[in-house]
Amino acid sequence: MKNSVRLMVATLTMTSALATTPALARTLNIGAIGELASFDTSQVSGGTWESDILMDVYEGLVKENPSGKLLPGMATSWETSDDGLTWTFHMRDGAKWSDGTPVTADDFVFGWRHLLNPANASKYAYNLYPIKNAEAVSTGKQPLDALGVASRDNGKTLEVTLNQPTPYFLQLMAHYTAFPQPKHLVEKYGKDWTGMEHIATNGAFHPVQWVSQSRITTEKNPAYYDVSQVALDGVNYFTSEDRNAGISRFRSGQFDVLREYPSNRYQWLKENLPDATHMSPMLGNYYYVFNQRKGEPTADPRVREALNLAIRRDVLAKQIMGGTFLPAYAFVPPGVNNYTRQPLAFKGEPMAERMKRARALMKDAGYGPDHPLTLNLRYNSSDEHKKIAIAVAAMWKPLGVKTQLQQAEATVHYQAIAEGDFNVARAAWIADYDDAENFLSLLSTGAGNNYGAYSSPAFDADMKKAANTADPAAREKLLEHAEAIAMQDNAVAPLLFYVTRNLVNPDLEGWEDNVKDNHPSRWVSFKE
Amino acid sequence: MLSYILKRLAFAIPTLLIVITISFFLMRVAPGGPFDGERQLPPEIEANLEAVYHLDEPLPMQYLRYMNNLVHGDFGPSFKYKDFSVTELIMQGFPVSLEIGGLAIALALLIGLPLGVIAALKRNSAADYFVMSLALGGIAVPNFVIAPIMALVFGVLLGWLPAGGWNGGAWPNLVLPVVALSIQQIAYIARMMRASMIETLGSHFIRTARAKGLNEMQVVMRHALRPAMLPVVSYLGPAIAGIVTGSVVIEQIFGIPGIGRYFVQGALNRDYTLVMGTVVFYGALIVLMNLLVDLLYSVLDPQIRYDD
Repeated sequence: MKNSVRLMVATLTMTSALATTPALARTLNIGAIGELASFDTSQVSGGTWESDILMDVYEGLVKENPSGKLLPGMATSWETSDDGLTWTFHMRDGAKWSDGTPVTADDFVFGWRHLLNPANASKYAYNLYPIKNAEAVSTGKQPLDALGVASRDNGKTLEVTLNQPTPYFLQLMAHYTAFPQPKHLVEKYGKDWTGMEHIATNGAFHPVQWVSQSRITTEKNPAYYDVSQVALDGVNYFTSEDRNAGISRFRSGQFDVLREYPSNRYQWLKENLPDATHMSPMLGNYYYVFNQRKGEPTADPRVREALNLAIRRDVLAKQIMGGTFLPAYAFVPPGVNNYTRQPLAFKGEPMAERMKRARALMKDAGYGPDHPLTLNLRYNSSDEHKKIAIAVAAMWKPLGVKTQLQQAEATVHYQAIAEGDFNVARAAWIADYDDAENFLSLLSTGAGNNYGAYSSPAFDADMKKAANTADPAAREKLLEHAEAIAMQDNAVAPLLFYVTRNLVNPDLEGWEDNVKDNHPSRWVSFKE
Repeated sequence: MLSYILKRLAFAIPTLLIVITISFFLMRVAPGGPFDGERQLPPEIEANLEAVYHLDEPLPMQYLRYMNNLVHGDFGPSFKYKDFSVTELIMQGFPVSLEIGGLAIALALLIGLPLGVIAALKRNSAADYFVMSLALGGIAVPNFVIAPIMALVFGVLLGWLPAGGWNGGAWPNLVLPVVALSIQQIAYIARMMRASMIETLGSHFIRTARAKGLNEMQVVMRHALRPAMLPVVSYLGPAIAGIVTGSVVIEQIFGIPGIGRYFVQGALNRDYTLVMGTVVFYGALIVLMNLLVDLLYSVLDPQIRYDD
């Protein structure tokens, strides 16, 4: 009897869940490919899925609109000093945490110190390194209060001092590492403040339930200053690591948005769900690193140029990846603010001439049928990377290059290439902020992510000068010049640019494709 | 009996110690660390991280620290999921895996045992071939093939059941993962039961039973069934421990918050504490299940006694 009642109740529940009721439709269901590491923004591991949630529940000094443009957030206005070193933010009156406590400049000072405190071991603390003394604080060489940030006028003004004029500083302020932290809660509960029973957030939504590895549920934050403009009652973020399963769940109506559908399903989705399938350029590049350490064959610029010449990027993007990437002839992706890309010189040259020159360069470098070049090409395990590696190896074959493919799981791959144990290796970068510097700094001498140890004094000089230039136009020229040098040196082999891949319920409004692939739920609503 | 149980439990401690020690050092020997990833961290930040997690200490020191915490019931913090301790992750996920796995095993026994018996009794008949072909199919087709097809057919095309999600364990969400998980088990159990039943039916005591004039039904139910189940029972020990600790494939395809994924994710992320936590938990469960199986033996087979 008990069971049959349970069965009946469950059947009723299921039937009502299948029928779309207006109350349910006001909650947005997002399928994400991973799980948030923490609601403490200093403990986040850096996945794109993590910033989705954090941008919905928190708000920094600035926020993003549906197309990714910056709008005032917790600060309503700001000024910079003439030398570009001091920024003064005026805090919003009436901004509150979801428990009703006012958000003040003190919460930003506290949050940034928390992020840079070495005891908190924050992976992305370096994002705030443009702030004065940030690096010294993070290494424990200076106390926390030496950080160049201060709360003035009873928490109504935030004053930030920088090391150098940093034109992208405002972009950085939209990143979760620059979000405030509720000082009153962290001081009261310590590490436990992120528990659902204690947490308060200052964004449009606040978390109410977290079933690890299943879903995070948020509700509209009644204390949010713009609450009357927020259409959704809440947002659910489901963990759906298996992306094909995610497609099934989208098709059955469980998800309104599925993030990062698998690229090999693009053609099918485009034909069968044309209104829901989104794809657009994104700030991310996919490239091969040439190991330029002494004694490596790829330390020879002629070899690098020849290898670069022989890669057919259009074939990779269109035939191999089925149009789910854009061909890349430069290092900085399209769509970056105030920037013109500096492509490889041979872009547009006929393939036959490129191959002719490549063969001559290889011969010059001392390679030929009697002395073929053998390269070890490393990539981190994935079907996508494997297909690309096989294709590139085939493109190099006419040059007499024997390519040995070596795959490894991501942790092993990156450790090996950081140690220089490779000839050619796959790497990629997704922008933290919309600025060419974020990409180009990967090629600076000694930079942590400069896996190939590319080193050019001229490039470094441009980058250094750009970092100290406040005038946007002059700075842009310097960065463009730097990229041109790197491309001329064949510092890397740019292959592809990433695109965003999302399935979006056609009934949603306020959800726009943009190069940052950020889609704050605050702007999203269901069509009536 | 009691002293036998106590003795077995006492033996479990050194067994677990060896498992923990080997896993601890194997994990550290594996190339790559918890903080290696697409983004190279500045050395000072890596140093901060290592200091916080005591990875800067010599390995034997780390081992002693880990064992000390373990004795105090502390599995440590996860390196990846910062808002949860490893204990919390296991305690949150295990009931889910237990429910799915327990139901799957129950379903497998309910279907697999009768199928095996029928196949044995009708040996070399059409029914036997049919059951055994099904079983072979069940073993051959992996659940990462079956599960997405089931989700597609019943979740998307027919719309009868949710294509995924846990929803607090509501029964419509249970059906597909439980069935997907049980298919392979049904196949194993049916094959094992068939083979063992055939062997049992050929033994002397069955001939005696038949000679006494019992009908076939009585022979099978009263005399053959219990001894024929012995191999299935010994298979069930480790199988149950394996199934109730979750299946990464089923969990990822149906979006179920069990602990199966932690074995794989923990290992791939080099989340040392999470891997160790799951290994210790799994190890303890295996030891326990094996003990239960041995005790069950004495119930099924009167020849087995655990006297002092």
